[in-house]
Amino acid sequence: MRALLIDITKCVGCGACVAACCQQNGLPVEDSAELGPHHYTVVRKVRTRRGEAYYRRLCMHCLDPACASVCPVGALRKTSQGPVVYNPSICMGCRYCLQACPFDVPRYEWDSLAPKLGKCSFCAERLAQGGVTACAEACPTGATMCGERDELLKEARARIAAEPGKYLPRIYGEHEVGGTSVLYISHVPFSALGLPENLPLDPLPAYTHRALSQIPPLAGTASLILAGLWWLTNRKHEVARRESGRTEREGLR
Amino acid sequence: MTRLRMLFWRWVALAILAAGAYATIVRFTKGLGGATNLSDQMPWGLWIGFDVLCGVGLAAGGFTITMAVYILHLEKLRPIVRPAVLTAFLGYLLVIVALIYDLGRPWNIWRPTVMWNPRSVMFEVAWCVMLYTTVLAVEFSPLLFDRLGWRRASQRARAAMVPLAVAGFILSTMHQSSLGSLYLIVPTKLHPLWYSPLLPWLFWFSAVGAGLAMVIFESGMSARAFGRALEIDVLEKLGRAMAVLLGVFWFLRLWDLGHRGHLGAAFQFSGPQAFYAAMFWLEALLMLGPAALALSDRIRLHPQRLFALACTVVAGFLLHRLNVSTTALAAGSRYFPSWMEVAVTLMLVTLGIAAFRFAVLHLAVFGPSPRVRQFPEVKPALARYA
Repeated sequence: MRALLIDITKCVGCGACVAACCQQNGLPVEDSAELGPHHYTVVRKVRTRRGEAYYRRLCMHCLDPACASVCPVGALRKTSQGPVVYNPSICMGCRYCLQACPFDVPRYEWDSLAPKLGKCSFCAERLAQGGVTACAEACPTGATMCGERDELLKEARARIAAEPGKYLPRIYGEHEVGGTSVLYISHVPFSALGLPENLPLDPLPAYTHRALSQIPPLAGTASLILAGLWWLTNRKHEVARRESGRTEREGLR
Repeated sequence: MTRLRMLFWRWVALAILAAGAYATIVRFTKGLGGATNLSDQMPWGLWIGFDVLCGVGLAAGGFTITMAVYILHLEKLRPIVRPAVLTAFLGYLLVIVALIYDLGRPWNIWRPTVMWNPRSVMFEVAWCVMLYTTVLAVEFSPLLFDRLGWRRASQRARAAMVPLAVAGFILSTMHQSSLGSLYLIVPTKLHPLWYSPLLPWLFWFSAVGAGLAMVIFESGMSARAFGRALEIDVLEKLGRAMAVLLGVFWFLRLWDLGHRGHLGAAFQFSGPQAFYAAMFWLEALLMLGPAALALSDRIRLHPQRLFALACTVVAGFLLHRLNVSTTALAAGSRYFPSWMEVAVTLMLVTLGIAAFRFAVLHLAVFGPSPRVRQFPEVKPALARYA
């Protein structure tokens, strides 16, 4: 499984990744402070108590993505190589993916009459050909690295261990919502980088699965009970009808 | 006087339809962005929160009454089966229309029938709504067949009522609860006073409770509009059931909040959280208040009072669903529906009322006779447009 390691301490905010991303995806190159339907990644400066840093956002490519689990038609799916990819031709535009994403990543072409979702595709075609993502290739400082997830985790741990004073002692994305394919290490708090700090460690689809998996047994039991109830009350009625018929006849006699 | 009132309501309805038509044009020429206040942070607004979540919930009276009559043989409720089925059928048709407005790519609405993702709650809801609308169409069809004089078709449809009632109950239970399950995946975005692992159960109980309130409401309205006597001896039974169901809903809700240690949030009356606490207690007041009052015979057996209770419960139910779907979401404070969203919603409600009135005037919704033309001179108010 491929992943990206983003080392915020190494980012100089040159924006080469953004330009490479736009070029790769045929998007207009414009400055944007936030993700948008045509801005799959952004870089911008943030000031925090622990100093300045460059905020870089993109789709986290969760290991068990909420967006793919909620899509009623499976227009979003996680490939075996790691990317979470989108197929607009079958999308109904229900936007449950936007609602479900814990990182608020997917963006929508609100003004289009055939709106599509806009988000990073992890350069799925490049990965399939054995390459790395456009952003990782373009990064001059090695702040974005593309590789196998296990190895990048090892690398991240090694960097944190080598300079414990510099890094916060945590790899963001290692465990959040069951783990993500984009990993961050940083010297400033992750919340300043737009990464939510209130996420559970379980994959979010598990929350839904607990309810959905109860349905088949419940529906089966309910049909049996209803059939039984119908039989009971029906019989009661029939007995009552026969009884009343008999008393009527007896009364006539 | 009544003429004036009639004229007033006719103009109101026309104004709503005109505004709705304009909003429709904007929606389908400028896209969702041009017509709505939706955003990437608030991808679902009034059309999902009201038209779908509330519309489906309030149509729960259909499957509840059908089950009570055909499965439990509660013969007393038989006179209200047809209006309840009609309301539910129209309700589901309007939900589908609302979805065509809300979906970004509505021409793909049929896709879930062939592209399966059984992990998705939305997928399950889509199937259940599709199947249950079909069930409702068949349950409703004898009225149409009788009118057309197709006796054999009518008999066939009537013969299927028991299995249809069972199917209706199962399908409704599944998707009514699943509307709550839609929100299970946003534990970090929905306020703890509304997020609960019990959301599917809460949505089921509130829908059945408020669905019964809706039947009472709709009977009261039709009684006034069509000059019929109110079946109070039937409706008071629904009032009692409604009270019990809402009681269970609130018991589950409070128990769950206590169990998970979030009950404190309901008592934070200062700071930014006060708004949520106030909303929570307003919901409680609007639902638990009428439920408690409905236990009193003096109130429940009184037509106007029972009608008022039902209206209050429906209001509380709408508040709860709109809170879950908009206000209580983290980004909820950034959303308020645009006037065009409101116009489309009002237009759909108006069309629903008009369709109901049309059906009552032409089909045997309230009486055993297929010729309902013999209705006495129709009474005031909503009648003409309702």
